[in-house]
Amino acid sequence: MGNEKEYIEIFDRHRQLIEENSAALLNEKRAEAIQKFKASGFPGRKDEEYLRSDAAKLFAADYGMNLGRIKANAAPHDSFTCEVPNLRAHQEFIVNDSYCPPPANISPMPEGVLLGSLNEFAKTHRELILPYYNAQAGSGDSIAQFNTTFTQDGLFLYIPKGTKVEETIQLVTILHTNIEQMSNRRILIILEEGAEANLLICDHAASDKKTLSLQTAEVFLGRSATLNLFEIEETGYSNNRLSQTYIKQQAGSRLNHCNITLTNGFTRNSTKVTLAGEGAEANLTGLAICDKQQHTDNHTLIEHKVGHCTSNELYKYILDEQSCGVFSGKMLIQPDAQHTVSQQTNRNLCLTDCARMYAQPQLEIYADDVKCSHGSTVGQLDNNALFYMQQRGIPLDEARHLLMYAFAGEIIENITIEPIRERLHMLIEKRFRGELNRCKGCTLCKKQL
Amino acid sequence: MENLIEIKNLHASIDGKEILKGINLTVKPGEVHAIMGPNGSGKSTLSNVLVGHPAYTVTEGEVIYKGKDLLTLKPEERSHEGIFLSFQYPVEIAGVSMTNFMRAAINAKREYHGESPMSATDFLKLMREKRALVNLDSKLANRSVNEGFSGGEKKRNEIFQMAMLEPTLSILDETDSGLDIDALRIVAEGVNKLKRPDTSTLVITHYQRLLDYIKPDIVHVLYNGKIVKTAGPELALELEERGYDWIKNPQN
Repeated sequence: MGNEKEYIEIFDRHRQLIEENSAALLNEKRAEAIQKFKASGFPGRKDEEYLRSDAAKLFAADYGMNLGRIKANAAPHDSFTCEVPNLRAHQEFIVNDSYCPPPANISPMPEGVLLGSLNEFAKTHRELILPYYNAQAGSGDSIAQFNTTFTQDGLFLYIPKGTKVEETIQLVTILHTNIEQMSNRRILIILEEGAEANLLICDHAASDKKTLSLQTAEVFLGRSATLNLFEIEETGYSNNRLSQTYIKQQAGSRLNHCNITLTNGFTRNSTKVTLAGEGAEANLTGLAICDKQQHTDNHTLIEHKVGHCTSNELYKYILDEQSCGVFSGKMLIQPDAQHTVSQQTNRNLCLTDCARMYAQPQLEIYADDVKCSHGSTVGQLDNNALFYMQQRGIPLDEARHLLMYAFAGEIIENITIEPIRERLHMLIEKRFRGELNRCKGCTLCKKQL
Repeated sequence: MENLIEIKNLHASIDGKEILKGINLTVKPGEVHAIMGPNGSGKSTLSNVLVGHPAYTVTEGEVIYKGKDLLTLKPEERSHEGIFLSFQYPVEIAGVSMTNFMRAAINAKREYHGESPMSATDFLKLMREKRALVNLDSKLANRSVNEGFSGGEKKRNEIFQMAMLEPTLSILDETDSGLDIDALRIVAEGVNKLKRPDTSTLVITHYQRLLDYIKPDIVHVLYNGKIVKTAGPELALELEERGYDWIKNPQN
């Protein structure tokens, strides 16, 4: 073992400090998690699922960890504005891996909705959270085990039966540090029967220091619940992210998940969906725009456990310069999952000879009456189209932007919340023009791209 | 009168194969020239070289356009200077709307000439006005460039773009191919309406048919990479009647 030993020692040495600063419920899961972590170690090239994304090497740096829960020297509610024009959003903040309580005048959530610090709710609502916390991540890979071992806080969202939260909930995570820092944040989302919510998670960095963010999210959708979940990563080249999202869906529930990587260092997003009730529907989309040495990996598994469920996947990558994209998508259709409809599409643009794309679409079908398809393509910008545009006077760079923008458009057009769609149009256009380095009006974003 | 374009001893090749073997051609402002010739004679190569297609390499000769060395200009600069090619096979561009495409083209040209971008209102008014010229449905203008257009619609769309950009030298590369009689008439009438005393047209075609509508002043025959015959409009009629064999084998 390499760096594993170091982290095991940190845990043993600081276990008391970690536990003193965390809810009992979070502490109860650590012993089992560290055992599982010890058994498998950090995943890297030796593991099929991490073949193209060597996660182990990310842990080599000597990161600081905020085990004593020292409050960050940032007041994000005042100083950070990641505003989506025309969007009525309820904003919540996590700085590194600490939840920042909102000001008193924040708009209240509908009655019965719980939204805030996972650590605090784990103390006050132990019985509610107990059956859910680590229920999915507990059988996850060693990155999830690592997160369970060390995590001390994050976001908790609970929406009771039949409640529809109209206002979009926006969680802004900010990396704010003067040292090389690791964050272990945890997200738990429970939507009871018929509940509906829109959640937008934006990752930002206010630091040029090398960071590693481990985000483990568990989502439980009750019967006929609907969750629109958007994730937008807008960090910097020195910010690395390992995200694990586990989603379990009951009958008739609907998930729309859109994961967009605009700027980052090294990212691996793992999304595992379990369709556990008939008529459940999962729509996963993703867009990665990479250049320089950026690395983006989207790893998905959709398990159809029962019949009459639908899943759709569409992931697109635009890779410039020496960047690297990885897509691995598996649809697992269990024997009882008759009348499954499942479709997976992955399309990729490599803009240079040095950009690399690794695509691995997979179907594993054990039922005999299903409709499943998958497809993956890797190509370049159409030279004929570029020349056609140049002949009409559009400069080559502009023509390339138009084609790239059109390619990305398919993902954006699927977004049902108009202000988010408009914002993404703007962000993507700026991204292509290399102008995406800070949010308008933001005093924290000082990062250089 | 000063020449609009002067092509001198132009040689060009693609993938190392020489296609143009010394073209000499001069067009004065206001003239319409037809370039005819059998398949593979180099007609499309000539039009592609004039607009700067990157697949072709000029190995010898020069082209003077409005007193400038054309071959040193980028394709988009040639466009800004007023050269327009109506493509034989217009390209479909999925996801790029005609409106955005045309706005990018117009504003790039305006920027090149030191003008400010056109206002949205003026632009849409211009689109409407020029669309009428070739009876292009407003629905087509809202779609992606050429995507799902019929053959006739694509060619009408070429002439619509020509109307928007108001070129000085228009090159029509087999604009008649794939058109039925009605579409041919609409396209040709569009070209004629756009004609000004100072603008010139190069019509590349296999057939006399298009020349019934767009009347040439001069007809050239291109064969094996060279212009082998130049005459008045009567040459096109003669070719229609006799074919190209008498030009390929002058001794017959």
